[in-house]
Amino acid sequence: MTTASASKEPSRAVVNWREFAVEQIVRLLGLSAIALVALIFAFLLKEGAATLQEVPLSNLAGTRWYPTFGYFGLVPLVMGSLLVTVGAVLISVPLGVGVAIYLGEIAPEPLRDVLKPTIEVIAGIPSVVLGFIGVLAFSPLIRQYLGAPTGLTAITGSVLLAYMALPTIISIAEDAMDAVPKSYRDAAYALGATEWQTIWRVVLPSARSGILIAIMLGVGRAIGETMTVMMVTGNAARIPTSLDAFLRPARTMTATIAAEMGEVAQGSTHYHVLFMVGITLFVLTFLINAFAAVALFRSERRGGGRLLS
Amino acid sequence: MHLTPRATQRIVFGALTAAMVLVIIPLIFVIGYIVVQGAGAISWEFLSGMPRNGMREGGILPAIVGTLFLTLGTAIFSVPIGIGGGIYLAEYAADTPLTRAIRLSIINLAGVPSVVYGLFGLGLFVLFLQFGTSILAGSLTLGILTLPVIISTSEEAIRSVPQSFRVVNAAVGGTKWQGIRRIVLPQALPGIITGVILGLERAAGETAPILFTVAAFFLPRLPHSIFDQTMALPYHLFVISTQVPSMPVQIQYGTALVLIVFVLSMNLTATLIRRHYRRRRQW
Repeated sequence: MTTASASKEPSRAVVNWREFAVEQIVRLLGLSAIALVALIFAFLLKEGAATLQEVPLSNLAGTRWYPTFGYFGLVPLVMGSLLVTVGAVLISVPLGVGVAIYLGEIAPEPLRDVLKPTIEVIAGIPSVVLGFIGVLAFSPLIRQYLGAPTGLTAITGSVLLAYMALPTIISIAEDAMDAVPKSYRDAAYALGATEWQTIWRVVLPSARSGILIAIMLGVGRAIGETMTVMMVTGNAARIPTSLDAFLRPARTMTATIAAEMGEVAQGSTHYHVLFMVGITLFVLTFLINAFAAVALFRSERRGGGRLLS
Repeated sequence: MHLTPRATQRIVFGALTAAMVLVIIPLIFVIGYIVVQGAGAISWEFLSGMPRNGMREGGILPAIVGTLFLTLGTAIFSVPIGIGGGIYLAEYAADTPLTRAIRLSIINLAGVPSVVYGLFGLGLFVLFLQFGTSILAGSLTLGILTLPVIISTSEEAIRSVPQSFRVVNAAVGGTKWQGIRRIVLPQALPGIITGVILGLERAAGETAPILFTVAAFFLPRLPHSIFDQTMALPYHLFVISTQVPSMPVQIQYGTALVLIVFVLSMNLTATLIRRHYRRRRQW
């Protein structure tokens, strides 16, 4: 470097200082993710912890949710969330994995290029729009064809939630199958296996950890969905006792918070309990996602490729 | 009956194709139905007028403007932090337990239920920081919700720039940050923009996080400042489809139509940007 050009450039010390500053700033921004998770938990606790002083545990563990009469049993809400989520998973996982197989292994290239962005559009539909269509157009079908007394039932919510979880499940399952080495397939073909035998006996078993991650993240999606569920499940807090429960209204944790928070006085017991419901949801989704994340890191270290993107 | 492997394959592939069709049809139905039912409601007055007669007549301008402001507010907050975080993870972070903790946090942030973000926004921004129910509180809440999407898509876009670009930068005497700023980021820009748009698309369509942080049930005027409440399209659709008795159906569909056009045009833009640059890319 000549002296002439060096005089135009900032000095070495300035450059070094800038490098250092940039690294510290972006590191801080990266670390903010950890800080935010902690902050969310801290503020949920701050507003919700008073529950434990105000409401006896036996009440919280009870089976009745009648806040106006002082009954804050969380069991029906948790069961309601589980019911709707289980229904959603039973529908979305086979369908999602099936579509992923279709996209990854069967669809011709040009069709695939059209279908993949189209599926992303599903993820873009706001949940309130899906709820709106669910109430007006979908729930009458449930009433008519499944013989439910009302169209606003747990299964209505499950079907719509399944639909919302599909893009997540499809894209992660497809990536997982894509990451299976070509040599595995070639070996199967060399043994005379058909394409389907190869997919079923070789590709799917090799991709199972990725598919499990897809399922976990899909479950996390479904359990946390709020607006659609609030609009289409009928919101009756009761404990499911048989399969019939799918054809009856259900009340989830998310819908309870969304529906009741606007009407409670700040600092009241009911207010604190709603934050407690939020803590329950946060912890539940945290565990599900942490489990998925750990599985994800493990598959990456084995050279499974990046699954989340 | 015993099927040959070939016959089994034909049946299974048929079923999988049917699954694909089963997934696409509702999407076409939902969008088509809203367009058909809602198109009649769209007029200049509907788009530029104030709601009247308990929202049963008039327009939805305050909700449109509110959603625009909230989307912009979300971007101001989440774009710089998100891209910075992406740069850190792609270029600086070594594979340490701390880095893994950051990744774990991002996956978890992406999985926090949207209504829990609403509770958090209420606790931190509305009450503790005393921003009140305001555009500021709502934008910050939506910004945090959008952050994980922007961080992970920026990281991916930056990582996909070939290593050789960085090597050349170092070979001609460029420092790490010079290489990132002048070579890597420009190359990664289309990918980053795509991620930002997809993140903002989600924020624009969310209802639960704004329920307790910004959304006004009925406020027939435009917001005056960032400390003002505002109506917003998703919440407005929720209100008029569930909370207002004898609401004309056409206005509901019209509002849904405006919302999906707003959100899906962002989606389309992102897809087109990605496609355009993927085709032009030399590496």
